[in-house]
Amino acid sequence: MSNFEIVTREDFSDVTYLLEVRHPLMAKAARPGQFVIVMLNEQGERIPLTIADFDRNKGTITLVIQAVGKTTKQMQQECQVGTALYGMVGPMGVPSPISRAKKVLCVGGGLGVAPIFPQARGFKESGAYVIAVLGFRTKDLVFWEDKFKACCDELILCTNDGSAGMKGMITDGIKVALAGHSNIEEVVAIGPPVMMKACAEATRARKIKTMVSVNPIMVDGTGMCGGCRVKVGDQVKFACVDGPDFDGHLVDFDDLMMRLQRFTKDEKTAHERWSESCRLTKQVGLSALDALTRGRAPQRELLELPDPFEDAPGG
Amino acid sequence: MAKKKTIRTIPQERTPMREQDPQLRAKNFEEVACGYGLEDALRESERCLMCPDEPCIAGCPVGINIPGFIQKIGEKNFRGAYDILTDTNLLPSICGRVCPQENQCEGVCTVGESLEAVAIGRLERFVGDAAIKEGWVNIPYIEPNRFKVGIVGSGPAGMACAADMAKAGCDVTVYEAFHQPGGVLRYGIPDFRLPNAVIDAEIDNLKKFGVKFECNTLVGRLFTIEQMIGEMGFHAVFVGVGAGYPTMLKIPGDSLNGVLSANELLTRCNLMRARDFPDFDTPLPIGKRVAVVGAGNTAMDAMRVSIRLGAEKVYCIYRRSRTEAPARAEEVHHAEQEGVEFHWLTNPVSVLDDGKGSVRGMRCVRMELGEPDDSGRRRPVPVAGSEFDFETDLIVYAIGTNANPVMGQTSKLKLNQWGYIGADENLATSVAGVFAGGDIVTGAATVIEAMGAGRKAARSMKAYLGIRDPALTYISGDGTGAGTLFGIDTRERNFARVRIA
Repeated sequence: MSNFEIVTREDFSDVTYLLEVRHPLMAKAARPGQFVIVMLNEQGERIPLTIADFDRNKGTITLVIQAVGKTTKQMQQECQVGTALYGMVGPMGVPSPISRAKKVLCVGGGLGVAPIFPQARGFKESGAYVIAVLGFRTKDLVFWEDKFKACCDELILCTNDGSAGMKGMITDGIKVALAGHSNIEEVVAIGPPVMMKACAEATRARKIKTMVSVNPIMVDGTGMCGGCRVKVGDQVKFACVDGPDFDGHLVDFDDLMMRLQRFTKDEKTAHERWSESCRLTKQVGLSALDALTRGRAPQRELLELPDPFEDAPGG
Repeated sequence: MAKKKTIRTIPQERTPMREQDPQLRAKNFEEVACGYGLEDALRESERCLMCPDEPCIAGCPVGINIPGFIQKIGEKNFRGAYDILTDTNLLPSICGRVCPQENQCEGVCTVGESLEAVAIGRLERFVGDAAIKEGWVNIPYIEPNRFKVGIVGSGPAGMACAADMAKAGCDVTVYEAFHQPGGVLRYGIPDFRLPNAVIDAEIDNLKKFGVKFECNTLVGRLFTIEQMIGEMGFHAVFVGVGAGYPTMLKIPGDSLNGVLSANELLTRCNLMRARDFPDFDTPLPIGKRVAVVGAGNTAMDAMRVSIRLGAEKVYCIYRRSRTEAPARAEEVHHAEQEGVEFHWLTNPVSVLDDGKGSVRGMRCVRMELGEPDDSGRRRPVPVAGSEFDFETDLIVYAIGTNANPVMGQTSKLKLNQWGYIGADENLATSVAGVFAGGDIVTGAATVIEAMGAGRKAARSMKAYLGIRDPALTYISGDGTGAGTLFGIDTRERNFARVRIA
């Protein structure tokens, strides 16, 4: 099918990076809202990442990744142009239905800005008036402002510290948009669960249809393990094959956030061990690394948990 | 020719198979059942009466010539035994290990009427393993035809179908969504029951037949079944994607951390190698006290994996009694030996949380058996006031699966009321040229039944493509000629390509 070669890499900040992977067949099949599962190497874990863009002419899939855990940090270090991923399967999930809505609000928070892009473009292509609200913590983390400007009728950029665009939380940006337009028919929000929850609350009173893209922990991505189950209304859905898009007014976000904590301890163990081996590699070279990986790595550094706002594996 | 064997002259006792000591094996993932040695196999082959009615052949879903291969073992012609086995079953090492023989060939064995049945499965495994060790492969003379066949899913159904179609001369490609082929054999059945090396060997054999494997390919989403038949140029497609989609209990506390499906536990441990975490990146924190709900083969696998991963206590929670447990007798026995605590006639009521989003325990109710239900088994009914709580920190649901929705979402294949793919008795689906079999048609079943379905679909596919199958064409049947037309089986629907010399 493809050897999953990385053809472009772009670093948006010291934690956010973009990879463009060659996969002509997938570029042809991908639709907004779908995701892939990536494996860095044979020992790697399967991580779900929402497709940030696809180019049918170039035959590539674009992923935007935040280095938050062991795998994403290792990818940041190892995935250079010319290298290849061990595996990438997709496009997975039910494509987002690009409705006939005439005025749409696309909300992207942090890393969620990337996967909201194909949706914004999709709505624009189907003739809607598209307003984008993009939220970042600070100016240095901002990316793709131009890309959104090119396909949106209005763009509201907000940063928590006011270093770019308006100062405020993403919900403040939504308030501005809602105040300016009384006839928004649909809202699409992607980002960390806290943010999507806040968006859903912001639109609930006015009963505006609000779709969110959930990002639970997955293994296979084909409906086989049930690890990604989410509560939607009174039903239990598997995000990988029934989603990942659901009605934001029905999703139980507290349940989703709790389930994202499932492996916190192990993620930390893996991360610490990996950082330790990186540090040692720099100091004494590879022979020590070999010795280290044979036994258990000592756990010295205590790393802080990532900022929950930025912790959006998969977007 | 030796004088005729009778039930009195054969070895009375079934030859035991050496097993790893339960204490020792509960701490490793090495194979539990060590297999027959040469002497064991010869002795056990003596126990087959070579009875004329051969009920075992009818009892085998793929119709292996069982007395035939056992006779070859007796003659110490192991290669000959392998040849007979591979006439009908390409994967003897796998089937010898995972078939529920007690319900199939061994269940109807004539010897079994008065003594313990001949250990057919163990003999099959002996021959299969000898072939892997010696590097025997039976590659028949294959004359390529112009047909391109696509197989969706690399599990037992897909592998069996692929083998038959490749033998018939087709250009066969197998698509697999995971990064390694094998399906349930790889992600589901643990190494101590079916070592990865055995799966690799069998897949290599298929590759020697010219079968191509494409991993990381999610058919339906990357391309559809209709695209395969259309623009991709496949003349026929077999869908054997398995059932997948695990059933949850739908009781309070289902979504707590620490509640997971057996599929997830097994996939993490087997395919993703979470047991070697953190050398491998996939985590799988195992509880101190693990409760597995269900008593099928998957449940037994989940329990025995939990023990090996270091759980102190492993409980089996099952609402019926031991007699009704669907697992192979040997698996229940092994689980028991390894220290699993069985709680028969016990049904979960709710999962108790620790206030921090994780599991603290489980509330159960005692059951008793009432009148038989639709399945013929006695229906369990709760005993009033018998509720009780117990402590556990990991709960595994192994209570079956539902139909995976991906095929239904992405193709025009007609589904039945439960969401499984609808197929006729020849396993043809509602789309011309597309056949389906295994769990995605029947719901969860066994490996050998899936293989049987794969082979049956292959026969239908050959008929559909107009490939002449001598075994079908000159079927002897009952000798009356009923069901045949001039000696040609009427099941072969396409007469267009028959050439009269």
